[in-house]
Amino acid sequence: MMIRFEHIRKLYEGAAAITDLNLDIQQGELVVLLGPSGSGKSTVLKMVNRMVSHEGGQILFKGKDINSFNVQDLRRRMGYAIQSVGLFPHRTVAHNIATVPKLLGWDAQRVQARTHELLKLLAMDPEQYASRYPHQLSGGQQQRVGVARALAADPDVLLMDEPFGALDPVTRAALQVALKKIHRSTGKTILFVTHDIDEALLLATRIVLLNQGHISQAGTPLELLQQPANDFVADFLGRADLGLKQLSLRSIAPYTQAIEGTEPSHTITHTATLREAISHMATLHVSTLGVTDESGTVLGQVLAADLLEN
Amino acid sequence: MAANLAGMWVLAGYFAHSATQAENPFTRTALGAGFWTLFAMAWMIALDAIERLQLTTLGRLLLQSVFLLPLLLSLNEGQHLSIAKEYANQSDVFGAAILRHLQIVFLAVVPALLIGLLLAWRMTKKQNLRQALFPVLNVIQTIPSIALFGLLMAPLAWIAIQLPALGRAGISGVGLAPAVIALFMYALLPIVRSALAGLEQVPAEAINAARGMGMSAGQLLWQIELPLAMPVLLIGLRTAVVQTTGLAAVSALVGAGGLGQMMFDGLFSAANELVILGVIPIVLLALLADTFFKVLSSLIKKRP
Repeated sequence: MMIRFEHIRKLYEGAAAITDLNLDIQQGELVVLLGPSGSGKSTVLKMVNRMVSHEGGQILFKGKDINSFNVQDLRRRMGYAIQSVGLFPHRTVAHNIATVPKLLGWDAQRVQARTHELLKLLAMDPEQYASRYPHQLSGGQQQRVGVARALAADPDVLLMDEPFGALDPVTRAALQVALKKIHRSTGKTILFVTHDIDEALLLATRIVLLNQGHISQAGTPLELLQQPANDFVADFLGRADLGLKQLSLRSIAPYTQAIEGTEPSHTITHTATLREAISHMATLHVSTLGVTDESGTVLGQVLAADLLEN
Repeated sequence: MAANLAGMWVLAGYFAHSATQAENPFTRTALGAGFWTLFAMAWMIALDAIERLQLTTLGRLLLQSVFLLPLLLSLNEGQHLSIAKEYANQSDVFGAAILRHLQIVFLAVVPALLIGLLLAWRMTKKQNLRQALFPVLNVIQTIPSIALFGLLMAPLAWIAIQLPALGRAGISGVGLAPAVIALFMYALLPIVRSALAGLEQVPAEAINAARGMGMSAGQLLWQIELPLAMPVLLIGLRTAVVQTTGLAAVSALVGAGGLGQMMFDGLFSAANELVILGVIPIVLLALLADTFFKVLSSLIKKRP
């Protein structure tokens, strides 16, 4: 167990902001705290590294009450990335990334090796970027550095508070892909706050949907879409296109079958989602698509009727 | 312009030489008020022209130092002028007076910087400290310096009598103690004001991120807040040092010594040359401090 919330309560200006919140987060999960503004999702995240205090109940980190840790030690064991990034303007990219390792007293060689490793992980050339200053970077690059900085000391947990919220859609999509890759390759436990449903569906291994300080529903993206626990969940996820969202979570691979008769006139790659395949069919006015691998070799075909019957 | 200034000195020296035919060391040839006015004005015009030249800080510094040459020349070419003779008579006192002056400035500004920073840092966290302290600092700033020196004499003398140990350590109603304390109080306002302005323009998200990554309050101050506040802080520090260098002259009235002592000695004995001998180093010290902080600021600004 990485993080456990037990009967957490939080008052904000006298009113209950969080009421009796219980949540377990396992090692290696990417839990997305999702909800409208004012739902308390960001507050819940900040309670974990004690940027915000909780009034009732307790939060356990690796089985120990977070209040039993020295607060600086606790925070250095948790990566922290925020929407405004908060890079230090007077320090270079490398120096920014090295912040926590230096606080932990790593030697210079180890710090430099780690900095370069992280820049490469986030697809930034160390030669080119290590000695730049934050104002010389684009917004997307700044947030990449922010994520690298959060990962620097190899923390047990990564806390991310709407980290991609201020980015344009193209940059955001690129960073979502990068984060997903990092999660897969490092197996880090990540707690991620967003109000963007599509971002949550794409990234989460588990979504915790919050409303007015309590959990409306927690489960995998597919569970939430297929069995919304109540009206709020269905409405928040977008009742009208729940089906489309489900389609976007599934790959066409299982629906691919051998071609009988003539080969379809149009093709799609096998990594596409059901949603992409159906969208293709709609624009091309066809009911069959050929499926190819990355090199373009035809593997089989998918039929519209099969895709819609899932 | 530099040649013009130097020329004035050479001419003055020549005439002084011809006028003082007798080898009597007590004969004086004094320069008139007209000379000094002309000299000061020419110098100010020159400095102003340099400011407008849009040079790099270093280039400006070099050019300014060229304009100091006439003064050095005066000690050589103008050796028959009374100011040079006054210098020769006072040369042993002169060095000591400069050192004493620097000591007064240093003892006032360094504690003002440390305490001013601490106060400003507390103010960023406590609104009511700011509301309580700024009116006090502003009022102190409006008290004429001579009055403040005077005001401090009585309580300090009383303290020295009550606590003889402090008295033996040099705390008394006259001398260094009232001067340094008063100048410290004057220096506090520009330092606190600029430090606070500097600390307040540190981006909140950088502070938030630093705390979230596990920096202690001290690490936050040294690694993030102070470096980011430095450019603004330096402006206030520059004001404080220049202002203290000037005001320290007045502190001679409470027996603190320094260049002000020479100035007042000259005033009281109607020896204008002695006054000038005290004033010129004060002006130079202030200019030097001003330039030093300007260079420092431009060096810091070079880094983004």
